Amino acid sequence: MQYKDYYKIMGIGKEASQAEIKRAYRKLARKYHPDVSKEKNAEENFKEVGEAYEVLKDPEKRAAYDQLGANWKAGQSGFQPPPDWDAGFEFHSGTSGDNVNAADFSDFFSSLFGQRTDGFQGSYQAHRTRGEDSHAKVFIDLEDAYHGASRSLTLRTTVLGADGRPEIKTRTLNIKIPKGIKEGQNIRLQGQGSPSTADGKAGDLYLKIEFNPHSIYKVKGVDVSLELPITPWEAMLGANIQIPTPAGKVDLKIPPASSSGKRMRLKGRGIPAKVAGDFYITLEIVLPDKLSEKEKSLYQALQQEAGHFNPREKLGV
Amino acid sequence: MKNEIISLLSGVIVEEDSNVSFNKLCHCCCVSEEQLISMIEHGIIEPLDTHVITTYWQFTGDCIIRIQTAVRLQQDLGINLAGTALALELLDEIKSLRQQVNSLQRD
Repeated sequence: MQYKDYYKIMGIGKEASQAEIKRAYRKLARKYHPDVSKEKNAEENFKEVGEAYEVLKDPEKRAAYDQLGANWKAGQSGFQPPPDWDAGFEFHSGTSGDNVNAADFSDFFSSLFGQRTDGFQGSYQAHRTRGEDSHAKVFIDLEDAYHGASRSLTLRTTVLGADGRPEIKTRTLNIKIPKGIKEGQNIRLQGQGSPSTADGKAGDLYLKIEFNPHSIYKVKGVDVSLELPITPWEAMLGANIQIPTPAGKVDLKIPPASSSGKRMRLKGRGIPAKVAGDFYITLEIVLPDKLSEKEKSLYQALQQEAGHFNPREKLGV
Repeated sequence: MKNEIISLLSGVIVEEDSNVSFNKLCHCCCVSEEQLISMIEHGIIEPLDTHVITTYWQFTGDCIIRIQTAVRLQQDLGINLAGTALALELLDEIKSLRQQVNSLQRD
């Protein structure tokens, strides 16, 4: 079991006052709160910070922890609290103003302070008889939103084993991804959250959908867009070309004299949600790298013929 | 480690088009009626129309997620309701701005 340096986790010195500890916690809680944070591993950090604060904010626990730490040197691997290390300390399970969810604390914490079996009596917890809701993210491809899919999801939860110690339980769920789902939407799976501690119903599992970035399409809500390269002659003369869409190939008619940046819309070919989105195509004229001699002379002839056209007229040159 | 495999599950999409009642919202989010009314008074969510009897109010499905987020912010960060309402609005704006920046950058 790894020793946890709570002072280091909170970025404070061992001599920090209770007020400093509270300040540090609040700042870090804001920084790593999963609903707010964009940091990688935000949730893990948030839990770690919560655990550190739980110990350091309570003078009794802090004193016990400090004494323990005095006998541990940095770099030591493995850690076991001495058998009578907490002799002489009394731990009162008080409630705190800053509610921290003790269910996810590390082995290190529980080996020192045991399990908190009393729930927090914060105003929200009092109404909770069913198990905690769980939240997870599921990454899907854009094509999955068009056609529907099934996804295998492995969840790790910490539960209390028969001996009261926390243990990791893995569940693998096969989830049906419904056709027409949008990014950011949640799928609610009733009863798949954490089991109730009070013999109530299990909580729900909320799966938030996120799209993997796509190599050619961009997604905004239910609308999907594509940048379509076309040749100068297709642009000038118009053309019937085949384009890709997440639902398959589609024929598109390019009108004559279409400039770069022209936007075209295929209604209803976006994500097939209740109200289907649209598929937008933005034209981009691309030039071949090299021209044959004949092609070059054709271009030069065109240059002569079309000399009257000045695209820079508005610039005054 | 224990591993359990569960076969194909279909859930319900929590979305704007499906409605939830006042009571269902309380139940899903584990809040009391008074707490939910307070949140509505602070503008965190809005009912689809206001009936004289609160319990007849209907909400869009995504209100479930919004209330759950509001509860977490209040509990974890110790913010009051007014602050929570502001935080949610700012988070919405940040999300929108990030999306705009992302699509501009990929061009």
